[in-house]
Amino acid sequence: MSTPTSFLELRDLRIHFPTDDGLVKSVDGLSYKLERGKTLGIVGESGSGKSVTSLGILGLHKGTRAKISGEIWLDGEELVSASAEHVRRLRGKKMAMIFQDPLSAMHPFYTVGQQIVEAYRIHHKVSKKVARKHAIDMLGRVGIPQPERRVDSYPHEFSGGMRQRAMIAMALSCDPELLIADEPTTALDVTVQAQILDLMRDLQRDFNAALIIITHDLGVVAELSDDILVMYGGKCIEYGTAEDIFERPEHPYTWGLLGSMPRLDREPTERLMPIKGNPPSLINVPAGCAFHPRCAFEGRTGGKADTEVPALLESSGGHLVRCHMPPELRRDIWENEIKPNLESS
Amino acid sequence: MVTYIIRRLIGALLMLVIVSMVTFSIFFVVPRMAGATSEDFANRYLGKAATAEMAAVAAEKLGFNDPVPVQYGRWIKGVFAGAEYDTGASVEQCPAPCFGYSFVKRQPVWPELIDRIPVTLSLAIGASVIWLLGGVATGVLSALKRGSFFDRAAMSVALAGVSLPIFFTGIVSLVVFSYGMGITAPGGAYTPFEENPAEWAYNLLLPWITLAFLYAASYARLTRAGMLETMGEDYIRTARAKGLPESTVITKHGLRAALTPIVTIFGLDLGLLLGGAVLTETTFSLKGIGDYAVQAIMTNDLPKIMGVTMVAALFVVMASLIVDLLYAVVDPRVRLG
Repeated sequence: MSTPTSFLELRDLRIHFPTDDGLVKSVDGLSYKLERGKTLGIVGESGSGKSVTSLGILGLHKGTRAKISGEIWLDGEELVSASAEHVRRLRGKKMAMIFQDPLSAMHPFYTVGQQIVEAYRIHHKVSKKVARKHAIDMLGRVGIPQPERRVDSYPHEFSGGMRQRAMIAMALSCDPELLIADEPTTALDVTVQAQILDLMRDLQRDFNAALIIITHDLGVVAELSDDILVMYGGKCIEYGTAEDIFERPEHPYTWGLLGSMPRLDREPTERLMPIKGNPPSLINVPAGCAFHPRCAFEGRTGGKADTEVPALLESSGGHLVRCHMPPELRRDIWENEIKPNLESS
Repeated sequence: MVTYIIRRLIGALLMLVIVSMVTFSIFFVVPRMAGATSEDFANRYLGKAATAEMAAVAAEKLGFNDPVPVQYGRWIKGVFAGAEYDTGASVEQCPAPCFGYSFVKRQPVWPELIDRIPVTLSLAIGASVIWLLGGVATGVLSALKRGSFFDRAAMSVALAGVSLPIFFTGIVSLVVFSYGMGITAPGGAYTPFEENPAEWAYNLLLPWITLAFLYAASYARLTRAGMLETMGEDYIRTARAKGLPESTVITKHGLRAALTPIVTIFGLDLGLLLGGAVLTETTFSLKGIGDYAVQAIMTNDLPKIMGVTMVAALFVVMASLIVDLLYAVVDPRVRLG
């Protein structure tokens, strides 16, 4: 167990939940690194293990039935083996989280100000007055008009976009070094989504935090991410820079995600190309490659698809892919069969 | 917020008017449908020796021949301005607030009712404090340790609590604790609080616990269900993500939200009890409003029954008004509606 040099590093993280029906392997051997000031986008369908991973980093599975193994290194400290109390003290201060639906994620009985003040005062021994001043400052920074008046409003008195801004203000109130945003724009109107994404980009630059954006929306990660990690069935199936993923994706699942993304530059007559089938069961994960029952290229893997779990291998500088097809074949399929379909026709 | 309060106040007043009309109808209109005449009504005020003529005179004088709305108006007027009951044979004074005049006991209903309120009030308030603290604490612990031995045991006891009637638990506890061990009062005694607080509590301890056991049981189940639900809410996850200690997450975020429905039920339960804890008062021979109602029914003393009904209704309406106002304090979302 050597101390890594990266700000955040996950090593072979596994989060399993024992249930009456069997062991749910929500996260199954996930590794990645993230530096300060950088943004990692984690993409995948519902149940691919995106959110479970981030709750795991925050230590929110401690004290539950979840079985966690592997290592989570944050700024030179290992968190999986750390005490629940120690991780609690880091939570909110060193690492913070923005949740999907700000209406249900904020307590309905307390004002927005009270909730920010509470978050700030756990980690800073200051008077309520000072904390309130700080809350007003934060609300102003995230672009809420008349913050000195809105600080006393309840969450239900805010619009959806304003609520998400308040949620961001709360998460940033202790100046965290790691910020995890779990579907930060999913519950918002499209026009508001763009504003929130802009805001997050600006704030990340100001705070120089490491940012993880979890989403099923490739458009969102395209907007913000330096690196992108595609998850499927609790595993990373493709990892690379945003350019790698959007310009030269190599995994059939990533191709499917790109194909099911609505785009303005496509002809109206053209149909989306959805991925057939449903996300895999996390209890009875398909044998071999978890994606093979849905994969259109299963026949080109040389018969290994349903027998052997593919390894996550480097295809070119830092671009990792978990697929049985040889890299040359994948690039060939992308260039000649997928890309032309996505771009025009 | 001000409009909310005004709306609730008007609603409460309307409710009282409706309750008084219904009560009045039950006692003065429904019997007529069953064939009772004005003279039958008057007879209740006269005694057994009265002749048919005397009854006719009394019926006229007491106004039983007037149209029903006039009679109702006169009755309401009595509440605010007092009334006089002239039977032809005698004239009885009933000063305001006059909730009727008992000809069985030859006295107005109100003063005697008022005398009994402290007993019922002491019983209800003391018991409610015990069941609220006990029930909520048990419910919270059960929810947090769901499936544990404590949870199972507490919920079994709670099931027994809601199932066993007061006259059973009351008598058993009297036999065991008062007559057997001699550590609690044998019942039947009441010392006003201002006279001797220690004795007041000593006399009421067993009734409190017996009554509280019944309610604590359902409050424990209610709190447990509420806590299980709120602890799964997204805002609880947010509270944890902020780095709050678990105890703060449970009390300030979880319990606060789970308590809202409890407050509602509590207000109504307390209001109902103030109108008379009939079984408890009877079991422990306490001279409260419930006991008063029982006596009135046994002696067929209509004005008393009506008076106690109205007072009980008043308590319930007041309690639900207070609950509505409290609700707005507890849950800011209510203030909008």
